Amino acid sequence: MSLQRAIKKHPLAIRWFHWVNFPVLAVMVWSGLLIYWGNDVYRLGWGDKTLLKFFPQSFYDALNVPFRLAQGMAFHFLFMWLFFINGALYVLYTMFSGEWRFLLPGRHSFREAWQVVLHDLHLRKGLPPQEKYNAAQRIAYSAIVVFGFGSLVTGLAIYKPIQLGWLCTLCGGYAFARILHFALTIGYVLFFMVHIIQVLLAGWNNFQAMVSGIEVVKEVLPVVAASATGPDTESASDDRPHIPDTMETGITHPEAAINDLPPVNDNPNPETNEPAL
Amino acid sequence: MRKNSFSSREVQMEGKDIRRKKLVSFAVFIALLSVGYFAWYKLYNQPQGEGKIQPALRSVLVTNERLFSKFYSANRKAKSYSKSDATANVRVNGNVGVGDNFDPAAWHLKVARKTGDTLTLSLDDLKALPKTEVVFDFKCVEGWNQVTYWGGVRVSDFLRKYNLAPQMAMGYVGMVTPDSAYYVGVDMPSMLQPQTLLCYEMNGKPLPKNQGAPLRLIIPVKYGIKHLKRIGTIFFSNTKPRDYWAELGYDYYAGL
Repeated sequence: MSLQRAIKKHPLAIRWFHWVNFPVLAVMVWSGLLIYWGNDVYRLGWGDKTLLKFFPQSFYDALNVPFRLAQGMAFHFLFMWLFFINGALYVLYTMFSGEWRFLLPGRHSFREAWQVVLHDLHLRKGLPPQEKYNAAQRIAYSAIVVFGFGSLVTGLAIYKPIQLGWLCTLCGGYAFARILHFALTIGYVLFFMVHIIQVLLAGWNNFQAMVSGIEVVKEVLPVVAASATGPDTESASDDRPHIPDTMETGITHPEAAINDLPPVNDNPNPETNEPAL
Repeated sequence: MRKNSFSSREVQMEGKDIRRKKLVSFAVFIALLSVGYFAWYKLYNQPQGEGKIQPALRSVLVTNERLFSKFYSANRKAKSYSKSDATANVRVNGNVGVGDNFDPAAWHLKVARKTGDTLTLSLDDLKALPKTEVVFDFKCVEGWNQVTYWGGVRVSDFLRKYNLAPQMAMGYVGMVTPDSAYYVGVDMPSMLQPQTLLCYEMNGKPLPKNQGAPLRLIIPVKYGIKHLKRIGTIFFSNTKPRDYWAELGYDYYAGL
């Protein structure tokens, strides 16, 4: 008999959406590359100076990209449906389950995210207190949802630029919408690289939670005096992980705050507690 | 404990229960991964039919076509530009069907009204009809676009003038180059869109040879692959006419 503290970190739905999205997005990026090859005019640079061409021939050859435009389009226009449906269900679930409380950045997230970055670069000791995600994760995981929405919108704009002419105009015209669509894809790839490194560094216990849903709680969550720039760090006096109440109430929907029992250290103005979007 | 707090999700579990839950989760995870990989393997390696892509992908393209043609409206036009926006260096991106073995002076447009009933017209016959000009952003399936300026007779004007109303009620229009090397099929609603031209002018001058002189199709609601150069024969059908690029794996509809 050995009781352990575990937290139900990721609901089944979130795990499902995550692991469906991963291969679907991979196919979208790959088939998008087959399409992009047909007119591969983008580069980083200025004037005649090119720092990085998208993409070098060796890159295309290594991935067997050339002369597969038709195939790329066909795969892209099948998997776009899966990407859209899975993404829409994820957003709906996150909205209605309340899971958004642990995802969206709050008032302090941007300051704290900087502390997280400094910590991860070994320039700072200790992390600000967190719930499911730290502030940098909140920003990154929320941003990637915005990216997904952006890919859908810019994708539709270049898919049906006449029937959805207003959308194409909204995206800055056909050529610019294509640039945005491409840039968002580069964004996914960069996100993916950082994500993989961070997951590797975070270790097995963290990773397996995205499969099993549960994560065994390590005894003490780090608490840092430096986070005392906020007024509420003294509030955690019970045996829970040391999480200041503002970290919860600071992002609580007003209705939920009313239903909560008992209000421990509630913000007197719950109306102002909207997440900073 | 706060109802919506993350810490309220904390539970006390026995070590062996945690281990069992993880084991079951990973078994299901790996099973689903295998199913997903198997499905991908079957799709990717499905023998390609005549359409040069996997039949499953072709059927999705056809489904997309059905869906998006429901939302198609001839009232939604390609954005018009001023003539000064049009490029002088119009890109030439293909020469299938426009080979050198061709005598423009001997050219006539053949319109197959029905089997065995072919109308033969000269370029002057077409020039006698009202001229329409379009300046629009030409879009290639490869991903580039160019503002270009064209003149000719609207397909819809042409069909009405030559009393082809029964043909206009059919599903598709087919076009073929004189040497039969290039051919397209286009759904009738797109063909009747008011910016769709039987085109004989580019940038206010007679169509150059490499742009399909004496007569080509300009159809702004489609990718460039449908803008057939050097029209030889026009015909009508309720089934999809053959299409050069669709046979090479591209979407038949190619609608923008």
